[in-house]
Amino acid sequence: MNIIVVGMGKVGYTVAEQLSQEEHDVTIIDTDEDVINDTLQDIDVIGIIGDGATRRSLQNAGIEECDLLIALTGSDELNIYCCLLGKRLGAKSTIARVRDPEYSKDVGLLKENLGLALAVNPEREAAAEIQRILKFPTARNVDFFGHGKVDLLSFVANKNCFLTNKAVKDSFSKIKTQALVCAIMRGKEVFIPTGDFVIQENDTVAVLTPAKTAPDFFKQIGYRTNDIKNIMIIGGGKIALYLAKALNHLNVCTTIIEKDLDTALNLSSTLNNINVVHGDGTNRSLLLEEGLLEADAFCCLTGIDEENIVLSLFAKNAAPDIKTITKVNHTLFREVVDTLDIDSVVYPKFTTASIILKHVRAQATGNGRNEVHKLTRIINNKVEAIEFNVTAESRLIGHQIQYLDFRKNILLGSITRNGEVIIPRGTDILQEGDSVVVVTTSERLTRLDDILK
Amino acid sequence: MNKRMIAYILGILLLCEAGLMLLPTVVSLIYGESVVTSFLITISLLIATGLVLVAMKPKNKTIYARHGLVIVALGWILMSLFGALPFYFSEEIPNYLDALFEAVSGFTTTGSSILTDVEALSKSMLFWRSFTHWIGGMGVLVFIMAVLPLAGGGGDLHLMRAESPGPNVSKLVPKSSKTAQILYSIYLVMTVLEIFILLFGGMSLFESVTITFGTAGTGGFGILNSSIASYSPFCQGVITVFMALFGINFNFYFLLLCKKFKDAFKSEELWTYLAIMLSAIVVIAINVKDMFTSFGEALHHSAFQVSSVMTTTGYATTDFNQWPELSRMIMLAVMCVGACAGSTGGGLKVSRVIILLKSARREFRRISHPRSVKIITFDGNRLSDDTIRNTFAYFFIYVMIFAASTLVVALDNFDFTTTVTSVIATLNNIGPGLNMVGATGNFSEFSFLSKLVLIADMLLGRLEIFPLLFLFAPSKQKVKIFSKIRNKF
Repeated sequence: MNIIVVGMGKVGYTVAEQLSQEEHDVTIIDTDEDVINDTLQDIDVIGIIGDGATRRSLQNAGIEECDLLIALTGSDELNIYCCLLGKRLGAKSTIARVRDPEYSKDVGLLKENLGLALAVNPEREAAAEIQRILKFPTARNVDFFGHGKVDLLSFVANKNCFLTNKAVKDSFSKIKTQALVCAIMRGKEVFIPTGDFVIQENDTVAVLTPAKTAPDFFKQIGYRTNDIKNIMIIGGGKIALYLAKALNHLNVCTTIIEKDLDTALNLSSTLNNINVVHGDGTNRSLLLEEGLLEADAFCCLTGIDEENIVLSLFAKNAAPDIKTITKVNHTLFREVVDTLDIDSVVYPKFTTASIILKHVRAQATGNGRNEVHKLTRIINNKVEAIEFNVTAESRLIGHQIQYLDFRKNILLGSITRNGEVIIPRGTDILQEGDSVVVVTTSERLTRLDDILK
Repeated sequence: MNKRMIAYILGILLLCEAGLMLLPTVVSLIYGESVVTSFLITISLLIATGLVLVAMKPKNKTIYARHGLVIVALGWILMSLFGALPFYFSEEIPNYLDALFEAVSGFTTTGSSILTDVEALSKSMLFWRSFTHWIGGMGVLVFIMAVLPLAGGGGDLHLMRAESPGPNVSKLVPKSSKTAQILYSIYLVMTVLEIFILLFGGMSLFESVTITFGTAGTGGFGILNSSIASYSPFCQGVITVFMALFGINFNFYFLLLCKKFKDAFKSEELWTYLAIMLSAIVVIAINVKDMFTSFGEALHHSAFQVSSVMTTTGYATTDFNQWPELSRMIMLAVMCVGACAGSTGGGLKVSRVIILLKSARREFRRISHPRSVKIITFDGNRLSDDTIRNTFAYFFIYVMIFAASTLVVALDNFDFTTTVTSVIATLNNIGPGLNMVGATGNFSEFSFLSKLVLIADMLLGRLEIFPLLFLFAPSKQKVKIFSKIRNKF
């Protein structure tokens, strides 16, 4: 596909890099010549220097033949305007980043009347991700499929874990709940395990399980599943706002510590029932005073990565049982950050990028049939889990799974049929209208039939 | 330095050269010539060396700008060293340095020759000689890139930047490999077109193919001692036009293909190029009209010669060395200007001349109006200070190399014109100069040292100085690695 990406910030860069690796023809537009030149050094795209919201730049970038225009500049208005203009000039589809909560409310209207295919709000997506993690504090990352019916949980196998030092098929024959190990990371290597695979201590394990029985699953493998009742949030930005709103509905006791008085006042006026504290979140005694030791979860959402990381380390040190969630904006040093003992790390840039990628992947199938329902990347972005809708034309329909000839490193993880979740066995047969989750280490699956040889 | 990746790409380059050398091998089989063995020996050597280098498959495939420079510089040197072997093995050019001179002259599309009698060469050697022009014209790494991706991400672009001529190398389409494919398709189609037209004009297949290779790469190796003089005026006319066409930036053809005529024709470089060429043709035609029977004939020869030296091809239909001084000087001037950036031609490049003139004008204005602010635009786009600085640096180094080379060549004690134009002719990849190295002369008289310097000049000219200079410039980081590599030569 011909794709134009306007705005080369961190998200723009991640998206452009990923799309270019997926063999799309990517043109990038940015006003800053240095940014363009730096980007061209690293990724195989073509660059245009100029304002992406002008006819001249867009036409230079070949908007007439463009299949998708993605506007990711820092300004919502510019992004929306850029998409409007692009649509008029011939772009087949447009995506805009809209982060202002007030604008976000009108996204439905924008989509309908202005032909916007997708509006991404990075902060809200990040808040949603944190909320999912809070649901299962033992898991490092949580994702869902089948409209929330299936959970994809990744966690680190510790010494006491029932799965550790056992072959997958042995341990799972003893576990009563339905579950399937779909990927394992050991050191820097990633495996799609077979039944004989032995899980070792400190492996990161990703498991697909029906949402209903997920807490039960954790109990059986020997993890505590305390509900989060008391949470402390440092930094009262947009993510904190979205998160606190959602937590409010769940009756979680929330404390937000915000440095800026005006922001703090604003927060407390929007959010009732929430304890907003004006103070410096890096102040040790303030944290203890506000009840760090009593909190079940500690969420660092300030704008400074280093501060977030250090605060989480401190919290872990002061209260070893606390669940810490750390927001990191920088995407470049992920390997290092993930080795730290700070439970879950949320990367809003990656989250945004993967939402856009999912959309592109769905569009790339062509012929209007949208098979990709959801796409997420787990385990250091090395494994993709994709939810496909099974269409009538699929070659998989009507065959027992064990007789299908799958490609290497592909795993059929779960089937959702009429709201029921099935963890598939060899004898199961796919039907039209099912949705299936496929886990793979090879990239670029756009159609369900791609998983066959 | 990612040495393994450098070795790997160089290996692929040598394998590719082996593949390309099959063509002259086939020619020698067709004509039943005994030199086929020398091609076969060279091919096996290339394959052996190539396989050894490729065997060091790199784990890490990332390369950066400096790797690109090193790969291109080493690649061209290796390619020339091997490319000279057939001449040497067949003993048609018994001296290896002479053979190397001929091969470098071929690959860099210069067209300067050390041969006193071209016609004495066997057909397949003549074919190889001309074919090196065609390979060198668009660049062999760009060719490889079109076929298989070498280094992912921005890596390919570093290679392309280092190998393609011009101050501002840009891609036509987002993917480097696709850009390379498009460039080579345009190149191939134009080449085939010229072959057919020349066939139609009454040339034999062998003649039309070799002459076309020389035109397409803007090289200039002929297969007759008289260069192009003995062909029909029709063929000469066709060659004139095609030389001029191959001297135009290939972006122009791409834009034409995309039907973006407005963008294509707004190119400042194109119009300047044509304007310089046409005015030179007219002035010279008037200046030399007494030497020919009619003004038409004078115009015909003037057009051929100007088109030939401005695109840095170096074919000749008449000995322009005998022309009046004004014409000779104009020829010398257009030699230095050269063709458009992004074409197969050499020289300083029209776009660089435009940038130099524009910024010179700006500086002049600043002297009289110290506070004036002026942006330099090129094709309607603002030129960054980086590009301007780079252009000035390039020009300065170019002049320095020119001066230094002239000093060394002066040791041979030839006359002033010969000394200066021999350097101009090689550094700009033209071929013939004036006096001793004029259209009918050659470089055989030069000493060992001068030939070495001129070989370096040709490579410097084709690769636009920086890659080669980087390779041999001392720096603490590199000294260790390159002392090893240099010892191997």
